[in-house]
Amino acid sequence: MTNNFVFEPDMVAKKIHIVREFNAPIEKVWKAWTDPDLLEKWWSPKPFKAVTEIMDFTLGGTWKFAMVGPDGKKSWIYAEFTAIEHGKTISSAAGFCDDEGNPVVNGPKWYRTTTFAAIDGDRTRVDIVIPFDDEATLKSFAEGYFKEGTAMSYNQLDELLAAE
Amino acid sequence: MRRDIFQAIADPTRRAILSLLVLGAMTPNALAEHFDSTRQAVSKHLKILTECEVVTQKQTGREIHYHFNPEKMKEIDIWLERFRKLWEDRFDQLDSLLNDL
Repeated sequence: MTNNFVFEPDMVAKKIHIVREFNAPIEKVWKAWTDPDLLEKWWSPKPFKAVTEIMDFTLGGTWKFAMVGPDGKKSWIYAEFTAIEHGKTISSAAGFCDDEGNPVVNGPKWYRTTTFAAIDGDRTRVDIVIPFDDEATLKSFAEGYFKEGTAMSYNQLDELLAAE
Repeated sequence: MRRDIFQAIADPTRRAILSLLVLGAMTPNALAEHFDSTRQAVSKHLKILTECEVVTQKQTGREIHYHFNPEKMKEIDIWLERFRKLWEDRFDQLDSLLNDL
């Protein structure tokens, strides 16, 4: 079963477009994206775990979670929901915070809009758009996502460097 | 202060300077003619670009020319590859979860 994964940086439109199809109905995919117990099982690449402290899935609400490393070290991240259309779209603005949820001053911020669509065969297509049109977002490229994807530094980076 | 390729391209003037240098090496004066900002402001950006190693200086006689360093831009590709892999791994984990739901 093909999943039609697309990862497309568009340097002119200044955004990254990600597409993926899942072999499950939209209700299930939506649940996996919004239920903290389920998010914990997939959001963070192993060996990291995304442990939720607060999930207020409402407009203006916050998802506060920690990326917990194998050594138990926590990086706190908050994501504020800036748009929610139930079963269809989620937009969020995210950044690092301390364990009390205070955003890191002058810390990187990142944004994304995720759209869900039912496709043939009771499957689901997910579209994610990540803009990088401002200084804050570029900063997050270097600091934010690197950290969010820290798990990769253990495996994929090694592979990448080996392939250089 | 952090000095890397992302810092280099985070500012619109620096991006414009890089676009010009891709076409060919230039002196600070020649570069400054393309911008409304002061010669000092352009120099400051060139200093940052140099520290980020995305441009290099070469002395020719009494003049300094700034050259674009394409190798450094490759770091963006490397970052993009890591980022792509992060999402790929994340989605693979979601596949297994959805199977069990």
